[in-house]
Amino acid sequence: MLIVILLISISLSIALLFLGLFLWSMKSGQYEDTYTPSVRILFDEKKEKSRDPDKNQDRKKV
Amino acid sequence: MINTTEKTECYHCGQACSDDTFRVDDKMFCCYGCKVVYGIINDSNLCEYYDIESHPGLNAKNYRKGEFDYLDEEKLRKKLLEFDSDDFARTRLNVPAIHCSSCIWLLENLQKADKGVYKSEVNFNRKQVTIDFNPAKTSLSALAELLDALGYPPRVTIDNPESKKKQASNLVTKLAIAGFAFGNVMLFSFPEYLGLDPKDQSLGRLFSWLNLALAIPVIVYSASGYFTSALKSFRQKQLNIDVPIALGLLALFLRSSYDIVTHTGPGYLDSLTGLVFFLLIGRWFQGRTYETLAFERDFKSFFPLAVQRVKDDRVISTVIFDLKKGDRIRVRNFEIVPADSILIDKVAFIDYSFVTGESRPVKAAAGDLIYAGGKLIGQPVNLIVEKETSQSHLTSLWNSDVFRKKYESRYRKIIDRSARIFTWIVLGIAAITAVYWYFYSPKEMWLVLTSVLMVACPCALALAAPFTYGSMMRVFGRHGFYLKNSDVVERLSVIDLVVFDKTGTVTHGQAPQVLFEGELSKEELSAVKLLTGFSTHPLSSIVNRSITEDPSGTVTHFEEKPGKGIEATIDHREYRIGSAEFIGFRGYIKSTGTKVFVSINGEVKGHFLVKAAVRNYVKAMLHRLGERCNALLSGDGNTDLEAMKGLFPSSAQLKFDQRPIDKMEYIRDQQAKEQKVLMVGDGLNDAGALKQADVGIAVTDDTGLFTPGCDAILQGEQLRHLDRFLSLAKSSSRILKIAFTISFTYNAVALSFAVTGNLTPLVAAILMPVSSISVVGFSTIAVNLVSRKLC
Repeated sequence: MLIVILLISISLSIALLFLGLFLWSMKSGQYEDTYTPSVRILFDEKKEKSRDPDKNQDRKKV
Repeated sequence: MINTTEKTECYHCGQACSDDTFRVDDKMFCCYGCKVVYGIINDSNLCEYYDIESHPGLNAKNYRKGEFDYLDEEKLRKKLLEFDSDDFARTRLNVPAIHCSSCIWLLENLQKADKGVYKSEVNFNRKQVTIDFNPAKTSLSALAELLDALGYPPRVTIDNPESKKKQASNLVTKLAIAGFAFGNVMLFSFPEYLGLDPKDQSLGRLFSWLNLALAIPVIVYSASGYFTSALKSFRQKQLNIDVPIALGLLALFLRSSYDIVTHTGPGYLDSLTGLVFFLLIGRWFQGRTYETLAFERDFKSFFPLAVQRVKDDRVISTVIFDLKKGDRIRVRNFEIVPADSILIDKVAFIDYSFVTGESRPVKAAAGDLIYAGGKLIGQPVNLIVEKETSQSHLTSLWNSDVFRKKYESRYRKIIDRSARIFTWIVLGIAAITAVYWYFYSPKEMWLVLTSVLMVACPCALALAAPFTYGSMMRVFGRHGFYLKNSDVVERLSVIDLVVFDKTGTVTHGQAPQVLFEGELSKEELSAVKLLTGFSTHPLSSIVNRSITEDPSGTVTHFEEKPGKGIEATIDHREYRIGSAEFIGFRGYIKSTGTKVFVSINGEVKGHFLVKAAVRNYVKAMLHRLGERCNALLSGDGNTDLEAMKGLFPSSAQLKFDQRPIDKMEYIRDQQAKEQKVLMVGDGLNDAGALKQADVGIAVTDDTGLFTPGCDAILQGEQLRHLDRFLSLAKSSSRILKIAFTISFTYNAVALSFAVTGNLTPLVAAILMPVSSISVVGFSTIAVNLVSRKLC
């Protein structure tokens, strides 16, 4: 009996935690844009210097 | 090394370059605009833009400085900024041009181009960019100008869709809570489903109390919409579909709570939470389809939001609603005159096509009254405001009753009417059943009563329409046909007649094809450009636009003969531009289309052939429409009569020189004959007709273009599918009827079982979502099957 009550309280609190997480993620706008972050993560941080334009052209063709 | 043959594509936008006029280093550009954009990007060290995707740019137009100055006007600024302080401000701008990952990269690196920017972030799906900036170092107008210069002109609208967004996220929260409760209640009800040992009774009771605790937020929060709606309908003494639903939910909840509190049973909270969950899914689905295109915007978006007011010899930006009688304003080329005003300058050309539908510009002289809504063509002019905008001619046109017409959806009528009857029938049956069972077997009375109330609740009925029309709307949206709401599908399904507008609808909107046959030197072309620029005839302006040379020459004599042409002397040479007769041309030219002849010193030099190109495949579509294709209403002259005769089936009337009011009246006449009319137009000069029609479709080549008062926006190239869209709308109505039948059958069969006491509330409650799901599943699958024809 006791173990059942313990298990229930654990399962319920975990479920509540997930519900809370979902509501939080929704409120913080994580579902507003599902596309941009996937592109953004691929951008390289580059040092600002003038690059050889020919190189760009070559890279582009690859 | 780079092969020269590969360089014919514009480095910025990928269009073919005609020659190498525009080049920087080894990069070719198709036009000056693209070259300028490249220059800005290069100067700001943002060339990585071109690495991510090749030719990421959109063909750039020439932008003008000062176009966005009005954004710094205090009232607008306040509306556009989400946050504002001395050294930090945040704005969110709509940038419809966002289309690839290069765009994201460029727009998220704005801080390299403008030192006042802290951070910018793109929302690709919403086509928005959020910019954090330092207002001390840069301004909103400077940012907008930068975006414009980069080829990403921001679209500024004052209305905020914030409240709608909030509603949607509210619904998801409700849905999440209902789903959470549903899952857990099911879990706790499981022992009940399998049967409990008598010695585990206390455990069963615990589960029941937990269920009750879980169900309370569902009934109080998630289902609150149904209760408020039912309450509202009670107050208005008009029972709607939400009443039986609310009643069923309430009966279930009260009955379950009673059971649990008195330890007489486990209650039916699993059914209750499940019911709410599925109902909310239906609502959410409906909301999603509405979101596809938010377009019914304030008509004010048509005007430039602010105008340039001249005060004490200085030009300041003023919001149009602040304009007072007597204010002096300055209007630039292609800007719309915001209020009825009097012209101060000597001469101005005003295009009233937006108000009257007539595309030829009107010449106004000093002292003339210029009406609001007219578009200035040519040199900037100064005006004095005569009437404030709110009372002007244009506003009253827009505020006419046509724009407020409300259409009551038929299916909603069926539902509401049946719900009204249904509610009474259900209540009656429930009462009779209760009385009968009270005498026959009072112990089972409550059980039977609950079953009846629950099973009678026509939830599947409420779900069928949004799902059927909603999924059809999504199918349409995927094919470039955007509806205002799902009611439009229903209205489309009963269309008897289709009426078309010509320019911009059947024919391509911009740039009619202009060919010059003959020989003219560059100088002579310049002279023709100059002369046609003087004339207000539409053909003149078409020819004028088609000449790329700059106008030049000294005019010593100029005369325009109405209906004939232009006669002028430039540098001692006599030019004549106009009809064959006027020029003195007696030959015969086989090609169809309107011809504008040019002669110099009496010698015929050739002619311009003006052809408004008809959209591809439109003819086949028109013939498939057959009898339904009723009329062509064109605001232009009948120069294209022959071409249109060949295009339209013989059943169609071809009317030219129609004013917007004529178009509207034509549609009204047809409607008086009990015909349902579909109007297809470009949405600018036939707005009244679009609104008058049972369904108004605005055809556009650019979905960013805003059109008021229409029910749907159709992408130009999809016009050829119009007949298919109509037949799909018909099919979806048929599907809906079948879904209604299924739903009614469910209710009738289940009700007969419930009344006789053969249906326990548990089975009834399981049956409810099952019937809803089967109806929804049927309609969604059927719509998708039917719409496969389209591709």
